[in-house]
Amino acid sequence: MATAAAPIRAKQRPGDRIFSGSALAAGSIILILLAAVAIFLIAQGIPGVLAQAGDTVILGEKNFWQYVAPLAFGTLWAAALALLMATPLSIGIALFISHYAPRRLAQTLGYIIDLLAAVPSVVFGLWGGLVLAPLVRPAYAWLAENASWFPLFSGQASATGRTILTAAIVLAVMILPIMTAICREVFLQTPRLHEEAALALGSTRWEMIRMAVLPFGRAGIISAAMLGLGRALGETMAVAMVLSPAAVISFIVIGSTNPNTIAANIALSFPEAFGTGVNVLIATGLVLFVVTFAVNAVARWVINRRKEFSGAN
Amino acid sequence: MAVSTTAGNALTTGRLPRMAPWAILLACWLVVAGVYALFAMSGTLQDFSLVGTLFFGTVLYIAIIYVISLSVEGRRQAVDRLITALVFGAFLVALLPLVSLVSTVLANGLARFDLDFFTMSQRNIVGAGGGALHAIVGTLEITAVATLISVPIGLLTAVYLVEYGRGQIARWITFLVDVMTGIPSIVAGLFAYAVFAIVFGPGVRMGFAGSVALSVLMIPVVVRACEEMLKLVPNELREAAFALGVPKWLTILKVVLPTSAAGITTGVMLSIARVIGETAPLLLVAGFTQSMNYDLFDGRMQSLPVFVFTSYANQGTDGDAYLARAWTGALTLILIVMALNLIARLIARFFSPKTGR
Repeated sequence: MATAAAPIRAKQRPGDRIFSGSALAAGSIILILLAAVAIFLIAQGIPGVLAQAGDTVILGEKNFWQYVAPLAFGTLWAAALALLMATPLSIGIALFISHYAPRRLAQTLGYIIDLLAAVPSVVFGLWGGLVLAPLVRPAYAWLAENASWFPLFSGQASATGRTILTAAIVLAVMILPIMTAICREVFLQTPRLHEEAALALGSTRWEMIRMAVLPFGRAGIISAAMLGLGRALGETMAVAMVLSPAAVISFIVIGSTNPNTIAANIALSFPEAFGTGVNVLIATGLVLFVVTFAVNAVARWVINRRKEFSGAN
Repeated sequence: MAVSTTAGNALTTGRLPRMAPWAILLACWLVVAGVYALFAMSGTLQDFSLVGTLFFGTVLYIAIIYVISLSVEGRRQAVDRLITALVFGAFLVALLPLVSLVSTVLANGLARFDLDFFTMSQRNIVGAGGGALHAIVGTLEITAVATLISVPIGLLTAVYLVEYGRGQIARWITFLVDVMTGIPSIVAGLFAYAVFAIVFGPGVRMGFAGSVALSVLMIPVVVRACEEMLKLVPNELREAAFALGVPKWLTILKVVLPTSAAGITTGVMLSIARVIGETAPLLLVAGFTQSMNYDLFDGRMQSLPVFVFTSYANQGTDGDAYLARAWTGALTLILIVMALNLIARLIARFFSPKTGR
């Protein structure tokens, strides 16, 4: 009893212990779950990585790395194209909602963009394959005829329109909502006084945005792009239903031989796979998991560095 | 537009009139419509395209407003008007796919949106006819079980993060939940397959595995939603309960959770809406079938998104009938998701606690 300044501790009741224990357990389940995802994928993926040419029907005459290389390329290429289209568009939409639209309409317009996020990916795939592909086919034919000097448009145009560019357009539409949501949130958090100071000095609205809003929101834009990239890398059905794939590495975006993506390849090949083939597909999934995990982790780290800004959700 | 023009002549000289941009935009649309009409009359184009008119008219407007503004108002105003036009254009461009998608799904989906579609399965059906009852039942069962798994875990985790979590573990859980929201759905499917293949042997397909895969995707969404809602509960309520001598666990159970019940329900409904349209994981682990299957633990189970995909990808003879079913499936799916979103928002509006406003 010598320590007079001992802190007063609340009485520990059994109910408290049970409740806090189960809450902690639930939290730990998430850690365990994520670890389990990694462990099970690695355990089932290792036989696939070690598989040699001719081991399974899926690999054919290649070894695992030769098999996964065009897929990894296609994944990155499609995601990059989608990001290239979605980033300026989402910044524009976010600016529209935060700084251009009438104040009273802004929230409703935001909801409309969020509606895009509510459409299931399989519906986007259906739309991309049956509506968008026939729609863009004449444009591709025109590009192949008149712009073939540009390396991406060289060669014969696809007769179906089911090219990697079409898939990338669908991906861009699908990642727009999340990117817009994040950009919008940071743009709205620009200090009001900065904006008013810029306007008071006589700048036009665009100069105000360029000097006050965009520099403030740069980190947000970057993390929005990263999150969009993560989504685009992992998106399955839109690509699987739109693209007509081939196992090639090719930068041509309107031709008939397009590299497939990892996720779409898994979805298309898995139902018929057996034996080591399944392990090969799981190993490709592991590659995808590692890439998206890294992209998302970096994006979240960038967001979390700015504590005042809470992120997408 | 940016500057008020009421003050008098000195301020309005060198500026375009207020309505000038709108007039120019209208003129551009009319001009492009005229060009289209000429082409259509001469037979070069099959028909008049409204979307094309609006699109190329807007592009023409962007060019013209820049040139006019450059000559009248100078470079800075011209750039401002150009960007304004581009920003409005970006929003309209984003609306195009939404409008196109909703209109095509409605137009093509209504053809088979009939009683058969909701009362029959695809068993022994080749070509036209049949329905998606087996897929709807499968989707409801798989999603319900996924919800039963995810909500307790997600809610308790949120309680931990908001009420108990301090220090390193809480920070890691928050970070990993954020990262988990970005797990590709197909990876979740592969994970469920890997787990169930170890227990049941390779080639396993069952509805319950689909539920597990969906839970992996759903838990982080539930955690985030519940966390936001629990944080909204005013601290005064907790302190009042503590002051009355209520233990912490009872405070959470009787004060915090009831206060945020409406918000939590909203969050759960939105997360259901998020996973009910997932295709890839179910395609991998729940498989696809033409028959009814009510048993989550026995064999392949069709679900609505996979039904749409297989109808599209494996068209049999009379492909149009398969595509018609795919569109109707897509329409049903969108209606379900929209209904969930709507109900969630209504709950949030009408049942949220009345804070002192």
